[in-house]
Amino acid sequence: MLETVGKLVLVAAAFALLPLLVGQAEHKVMAHMQGRLGPMYAGGFHGWAQLVADGVKFAQKEDVVPRDADRRVFKLAPGVALVPYLLVLVVVPVGPGGQVALDLGVGVFFALAVMGVGVIGAIMAGWASANKYALLGGIRVAAQLMSYELPMVFAASSVAMAAGTLSLQGIVGEWRWWWLPWQAIGAVVFFVAGLAELRRPPFDMPVADSEIIFGPYTEYGGLRFALFILAEYAGIVVLCALTAVLFLGGWKGPFLNTELGWLWTLVKVAVLAFCVIWLRVSYPRMREDQLQKLAWAWLVPLSLAQLALTGVLKVAFA
Amino acid sequence: MLRVGRLPGGGLAKGLAVTLRTMTRRSITRQYPEVQPELPPRSRGVIALFEENCTVCMLCARECPDWCIYIDSHKETVAAEGGGRPRVHNVLDRFAIDFALCMYCGICIEVCPFDALFWSPEFEYAEYDIAELTHEKERLREWMWTVPPPQAHDPAAEPPKEVAAARKAAARAARRPPPGRPGGGP
Repeated sequence: MLETVGKLVLVAAAFALLPLLVGQAEHKVMAHMQGRLGPMYAGGFHGWAQLVADGVKFAQKEDVVPRDADRRVFKLAPGVALVPYLLVLVVVPVGPGGQVALDLGVGVFFALAVMGVGVIGAIMAGWASANKYALLGGIRVAAQLMSYELPMVFAASSVAMAAGTLSLQGIVGEWRWWWLPWQAIGAVVFFVAGLAELRRPPFDMPVADSEIIFGPYTEYGGLRFALFILAEYAGIVVLCALTAVLFLGGWKGPFLNTELGWLWTLVKVAVLAFCVIWLRVSYPRMREDQLQKLAWAWLVPLSLAQLALTGVLKVAFA
Repeated sequence: MLRVGRLPGGGLAKGLAVTLRTMTRRSITRQYPEVQPELPPRSRGVIALFEENCTVCMLCARECPDWCIYIDSHKETVAAEGGGRPRVHNVLDRFAIDFALCMYCGICIEVCPFDALFWSPEFEYAEYDIAELTHEKERLREWMWTVPPPQAHDPAAEPPKEVAAARKAAARAARRPPPGRPGGGP
């Protein structure tokens, strides 16, 4: 009992801290990739407290709900966007031997299903705002979810097939280094589809500011808006953690797997999060039709090919 | 050499390489209030008045396209030493430049025949009240202390006109030793 409570406290701490770290890293990495310095003043040392200052600013803002908005849904949406990512973190293993808050037998499908719920928050926000731009954004979010959920699930099930289990602990246990080339296509498809589901640039068509202002979040301000932004960064952490656990061997590193397992997981998550930021800085936003084409013409066939490859090799060497 | 850009997806890799390379370089941001900018020579920050050189000829005020130079003066008569005709000369009462109007064209400095106006690179004189941007002659005189020495010539450039003229005169003098000056003048 005490152990479970301790683990849940750790998960909550990680959920509160890691998205902020990713956000700060994005400030600084993006700045330096553009030849700038980024925040330098908040907190004194290289602007480390910038996000704290942002949080204080958000908390001071007026709580506005549009007159024609569906008030209950409007107020509920940020929570619906944020909480699922917390739930996913509960089942992500960070180390061997029960270093996970909840070892779920169907961990992969729990994680994917709950991650999908996070997107519902944005759709709810888009619908409840009583704003045509928000509605358009919400519809784009829905379309994106429909297209990218499929290749994401295919890629994840390829790993599950290879490991012969749906448990995230079990998958990392079965993982061997030669899975890296074997599951490479699946890893790329999973990561790209995950980015699209998080609506991260270059897949940020639903919040394309030049055409629909800020999509589903147009009418939001203050703390509710901050929750949406927090959900985006929590989503990055969750996506990177899932990719690390499913495709990069989770806590398995070159040495000291049992002692330093949690560190290997965190290092992999950090590297993947850096890649998320790097992709955002490097590429312009994709058009809506390009976005759909990437999903249906590339990611779905590729993930099916990965499934076939996994199945053939599994049967051949079983 | 294999051209990365030609491969399928090579353009994507190129984009990633550009951002990564930029990240490893020093950023070009200067943190201004803490670090002063390195201004190029002859920067146009503020106009300084070397009041002692001013003869109130009014050329600067007349040439100013913005009419932002205000000059007041009066004439004073001084008795000449040795009993000649009394001399009249101008005394500067007010010399002000309204930097709210000035467009920093530098024409006043170009036309001044007596080297009384100079560019100074100082630029930190923003004010909360627009009237404060009119610098009177005391303030303009203070800017003189910030005027840097003229920029050195390029190594291969022609020598300055004054130096060239002085050398020429010296050479001429060396060729023809002067046979005792008849006039005794300077």
